[in-house]
Amino acid sequence: MTVFPPVTTVTARPAPLRRDNIDTDAIIPSREITSVGKTGLAAGLFAGWRYRAGTRDPDPDFVLNDPRYAGTAILLGGPNFGCGSSREHAVWALHEYGVRVVIAPGFAPIFAANCVRNGVLPLVLDAAFVDAPLTVDLAAQTVVQEERVWTFAIAAEAKTMLLGGLDAIDLTLNDAPAISDWTARDRVARPWIYIAAAV
Amino acid sequence: MVAPIPGGALIAVDRLFLHERMGSVALQALAASGRKVADPKRVFATMDHIVDTRPGRTGTLVAGGQAFLDATRTMTRAAAIRLFDIGDADQGIVHVIGPELGLALPGSTIACPDSHTCSQGAIGAFAWGIGSSDAEHAMATGTIRMQRPRTMRITVTGRLTATAKDLALHIIAAHGADGGQGFAVEYAGDTVRAMDVEARLTLCNMSTEFGAVTATIAPDDTVIDWLRGREFAPKGALWDRAVAAWRTLASDEGATFDREIAIDAATVAPMISWGTSPEQSVAFGAVASSNAYMSVTGTVAGLPIDVAFIGSCTNGRLSDLRRAAALLGGRHVAPGVQALVVPGSSAVKRAAEAEGLDRIFIAAGFEWRESGCAMCFNAGGETFAPGSRVVSSTNRNFEGRQGPGVRTHIASPETVAASAVMGVLTDPRRLSAPSLAA
Ligand code: SF4
Repeated sequence: MTVFPPVTTVTARPAPLRRDNIDTDAIIPSREITSVGKTGLAAGLFAGWRYRAGTRDPDPDFVLNDPRYAGTAILLGGPNFGCGSSREHAVWALHEYGVRVVIAPGFAPIFAANCVRNGVLPLVLDAAFVDAPLTVDLAAQTVVQEERVWTFAIAAEAKTMLLGGLDAIDLTLNDAPAISDWTARDRVARPWIYIAAAV
Repeated sequence: MVAPIPGGALIAVDRLFLHERMGSVALQALAASGRKVADPKRVFATMDHIVDTRPGRTGTLVAGGQAFLDATRTMTRAAAIRLFDIGDADQGIVHVIGPELGLALPGSTIACPDSHTCSQGAIGAFAWGIGSSDAEHAMATGTIRMQRPRTMRITVTGRLTATAKDLALHIIAAHGADGGQGFAVEYAGDTVRAMDVEARLTLCNMSTEFGAVTATIAPDDTVIDWLRGREFAPKGALWDRAVAAWRTLASDEGATFDREIAIDAATVAPMISWGTSPEQSVAFGAVASSNAYMSVTGTVAGLPIDVAFIGSCTNGRLSDLRRAAALLGGRHVAPGVQALVVPGSSAVKRAAEAEGLDRIFIAAGFEWRESGCAMCFNAGGETFAPGSRVVSSTNRNFEGRQGPGVRTHIASPETVAASAVMGVLTDPRRLSAPSLAA
């Protein structure tokens, strides 16, 4: 089962959002999460910065309200991007807005894992880009802007999942026999793990 | 480990904890995909994030929040998952009740769609925060696909006169909010060994503010004695077998780590944050930088506060409340300061009331609440006025964390109590209390 479009090559003029420690509360404030689902979140993306306080009027100083960057598929973040709450809504909001790649010097681990589950490439790279379109090629692990080319590293599993648009649950269920064998052995070795609950 | 995967492993999840804010989303997505919960006996749910904490509560004050409570109830019932609902004696903040109920056990794997799951590593577990998709995955398969983290050991030695919270802030301020990024952190050293379990939970709690994937402390007699007899802990012969297994878990002396950090506990003083990242924290007496959002220039001690908040998965346990109450006895909150205590669990609340702590807090001018996350974060419910300055025993001082425009200073419960009394950010050592006299 494909759960999201594969990420292969993405070309866009990246929106620079080079602050340190951009947290998931900033990416989507909790008060913007008003239904028990994964959609309807793009309007709340960066709501605290994107709109004037207490309104839905765009704040012209915020980068995504600049027509050159509005709707971009690539964001440039600062160190420790996506820190804070584990809320996957941050990634769902980015994806729904159209972001497919976030390039930053470093990512908070839960945010990076959430990206890979949802067709957003968390690309670790600390480079001095210019204000011009760039192309990310996941298969080749390159970022190209004008005449310059950077390479980046990515875990093999993340690359496979993103390139294939793969569903992690389907992939794991291929190992269902290994899981049940392991659990049967573990029930004998650590029975106290399995006796806890009573509804 | 069930099976290897590229760069990591498929690992069995012994305990999956859900809360109404994220668990409901995962449960609903799982149901929509037509998949079933593989082993509901290893899944537990609680109501903590958006529940009302005022006395006599019935639901939530968050607009649209009732749908999350309703979905959690319906979905856990349908999947035969144990839910600690409002009114249940075991209800509380997920990272408080996991250890308290003996659900978190040494050597177990614990996952929860919440970043502070790393708290529970203090029990000697492998506990880490996940997203909703991975929670769905854990329910459907009983496992999680995990990349192997790098390893870091933080060895703390010497006598700690400040609190575990101060130690956590000291580490983050010294090494950065991404200092532990991607690492599994183990806390070690005689200072850590001497800490009680609740202090260890506080220390491990803030490892996510350090960027770590998870944190752990090798299980020892302190943990084992603390777990004995807890509601869901094994009993009788099974307890003895479990303890024998747990005693073999400590990482061996010669273990190597990708990174080592050494901390001299004597250099740790009461800390206070001044900016909008936990790394922007200083010891009282040291000079802070400037931060426009926080309206801070240079010095934080002495800044007038509007609110004092004690609670959260970081510092909402019984020992936290005891230490704050010890400072408050016979004193009163300064005029104009709103002060609240929100116990971390219903059990903490009952235990505190049995000791009379509630009466001390109320006499001092604090509100005494029901358990939950409350104003640790803002989901659109109860909050403080924009621009108000809050001293808070919570873990995040992000811009807007406690509400739009709200300025949060994170600190220990002692610092919150002392500041509440003085009406300004106050080094708790300035207030004499038997428990703090050096
Ligand atoms: S108390 Fe705060 S940090 Fe802890 S789980 Fe609740 S909202 Fe998260």
